[in-house]
Amino acid sequence: METTAAKPVLEAVSISKSFGEKRVLADVSFSAEEGEFVCIVGPSGTGKTTLLRALSALGSIDSGEVRINGTQITRPPAELSVVFQDYSRSLMPWMRVGKNIELPLRRYKMPAAERAERSKEALRDVGLEHAEHLYPWEMSGGMQQRAAIARSLAYRPEVMIMDEPFASVDAQTRADLEDLMLDIRSRLGVTIVLVTHDIEEAVYLGDKVIVLSGKPASVSATVAVPLGRDRDQIATKSRPDYLELRATIHEMIMATASSSLPEPPSGAHLTGIGSR
Amino acid sequence: MASSPTTVLARPVSAPLWKSARVAQPAVIIALLLLWQLAASIGGLGAVPTPIDVAGALITIVAEGTIWEPLTTTLSSWATSLMLAIVVGVVVGFPLGASRLAYRLTVFTLDFMRTIPALVLVPLVVLIYGSGVESTILLSFVAAVWAVIMQTIYGARDVDPVARDTFKSFQVGRGDTVKLLFLPTALPYIATGIRLSAAICLLVTISAQIVIPAGGLGEQILITQLGGAIAEMYAYIILCGILGVCVNASFGWLEAKALAWHPSHRKVAP
Amino acid sequence: MISRPTRFVVPALLPILLVAIWWFASTGSTSIFFPPLSEILERFSELWLFTLVPEHVVPSLQSIFLGLGISIVLGISLGVLLGLNGYVATALNPVLQFLRYLPAVALLPLAIQLIGIGQDMRVTIIVLGALWPILLNTIDGVRSIPPSLVDVARSNRVRTVDWVFRIVIPSASPQIFAGVRASLAVSVILMFASELLGASRGIGYFILEAQRQFSLPEMWSGMIVLGIIGYALNVALMVIEHYALAWHRKSRA
Repeated sequence: METTAAKPVLEAVSISKSFGEKRVLADVSFSAEEGEFVCIVGPSGTGKTTLLRALSALGSIDSGEVRINGTQITRPPAELSVVFQDYSRSLMPWMRVGKNIELPLRRYKMPAAERAERSKEALRDVGLEHAEHLYPWEMSGGMQQRAAIARSLAYRPEVMIMDEPFASVDAQTRADLEDLMLDIRSRLGVTIVLVTHDIEEAVYLGDKVIVLSGKPASVSATVAVPLGRDRDQIATKSRPDYLELRATIHEMIMATASSSLPEPPSGAHLTGIGSR
Repeated sequence: MASSPTTVLARPVSAPLWKSARVAQPAVIIALLLLWQLAASIGGLGAVPTPIDVAGALITIVAEGTIWEPLTTTLSSWATSLMLAIVVGVVVGFPLGASRLAYRLTVFTLDFMRTIPALVLVPLVVLIYGSGVESTILLSFVAAVWAVIMQTIYGARDVDPVARDTFKSFQVGRGDTVKLLFLPTALPYIATGIRLSAAICLLVTISAQIVIPAGGLGEQILITQLGGAIAEMYAYIILCGILGVCVNASFGWLEAKALAWHPSHRKVAP
Repeated sequence: MISRPTRFVVPALLPILLVAIWWFASTGSTSIFFPPLSEILERFSELWLFTLVPEHVVPSLQSIFLGLGISIVLGISLGVLLGLNGYVATALNPVLQFLRYLPAVALLPLAIQLIGIGQDMRVTIIVLGALWPILLNTIDGVRSIPPSLVDVARSNRVRTVDWVFRIVIPSASPQIFAGVRASLAVSVILMFASELLGASRGIGYFILEAQRQFSLPEMWSGMIVLGIIGYALNVALMVIEHYALAWHRKSRA
């Protein structure tokens, strides 16, 4: 999908990272346009978390740059918000949910009433209206993750980065939360970068899927997902092009695991293959 | 995850040597001693002696042998009261912990007794027993026995009810049940109780020796202070500190050993 | 399962029994050291309900609250600073452990020499003893903040003020409370010991005076007061902890 000359909201430019002797990320590059839903998929242990920490400037990188709207970032920027995998350890148990959501807003000069209002609005956006008085441990896993998402939304970020956010919930809740993210993207126009090991989820949600694999990890393929913006858990997932994309990506991951690249089948639209 | 923001002080591969604990800790101690020496020599600390004076005093009391009598008095009082506390504590604690009814009847009273500072008995004990070694032993025992009782109770209560029923259904005798079931379960707790009571016994022994006064290192601190031998007083104070560290370190080590093989996952009591 | 009033019956049985035994065993007592309980209780109500409270109970409580209060403020502030700077905390650890295990009573003669006899000395000694459990526990609690919370705070660019007061300290509060419990016990002991050696008012002083004058019932009454105070302070702390750490209990249920 060709865009105007506007810079991509989030750009990773040749990111490399080693831990001691061990090289984890090698020359990882990709970009996310405004309002795009980008899914990064790869097997466990590939370095997805390392990449995510690099993107959110929580972790340092050895070489390369992360750019927001064209400008390099070295510390967590205001335009970016992160939703972590372990919701039970990312919400403060000594605060009610409403206060949890207001916490990042305290740095801005905003009257308390406005903060509270933003918090309630964010809770409405994720379907947790009236939950502001609850404590996190009074809610189910799915609700807690929604609260974490609400905290990110209240922050009004341009980009949301999500680290396997639905890995710890049951299948039904996962489906609900996936649809919630699609809804948030279309209503609020947030750019979303979601890291996952679940290929099905990646293809279902993404406008494009970035395949991260190999040791050290790099982008082995960037796959466009031309399934339109209107997605449905049943309908979309039974479409032949969906299934084909899923299969292709699956093969790519298997192949790079055994060090050979597959031939791109005719139906998939490849926009680039990274170096390996 | 190696990029976790919390600081880890074991040396990661690329960290410089000065960051490791083994260099930093002695460095801090030496720096503080130097600071003390400097401040005291220029008279900035009033009557406080320099570390060199204190070290000299320490060497003197060891060389002249004046240290041994108070030291042995303190240590023997400590050891005696500790052993009494352990024996009585375990013997009393076990049945209280093993029986639900006994526990419910006694727990409130025990909690109450635990909060009474044993030193409150000093005036009474001194009236009855004078200022001899018996007084300090009695006071330390009374102070420390509660810790052992409570920990033994926790240990006895921690016995797995299923295992207990199994023993009962196989008609295992009382003696064997205690030996093979209660004791192993309670051992880590008792180890914790021993550590706590060892610390309490030392603390109360020295305190009683100062306050009554009743010999040992405690009274030496008083005597040297009244006699103006300030460097020696500091030496005795530091000696008490060293004893405190040794007792806590060694019994803590024992406790960790006892906890290590126990299959349950418990935290060490504060 | 057990109704609310009955819950208090069983635990109260033993104390009532013990008091009864004490009463009857000491009724006709001629021992000077163990006067009849009836006499002791009579003195108790004469003196401590509430005649002597301002003169002796208040100063003792003041020493404890001041000493413990200063220890809490100092201990938590320093503990947070050191806990957030793990390198410094580890480097200082041996020194802190030594100071913690040094019996503060050993410093009492020195304190009397340097500061004299008075509440200043008593509060100082209490702080010198009660500071360490809070300080060390706070350092411990701060250092064991879950890394995930650190990530959340950093990625959301939480202000330092909010970080310390709304995240670090609450997260460490279970450990801090454990430290305060230990410090309370130390404070009571040091208050008493310092009053035995250098005071003109306070429960310790009262008990000592009564002993010197061989007024045993008075002395016993003072001991009972101290026992009640020690217990009451512990209960108060327990109640505060119960409410302050409710979130901690419930989030682990």
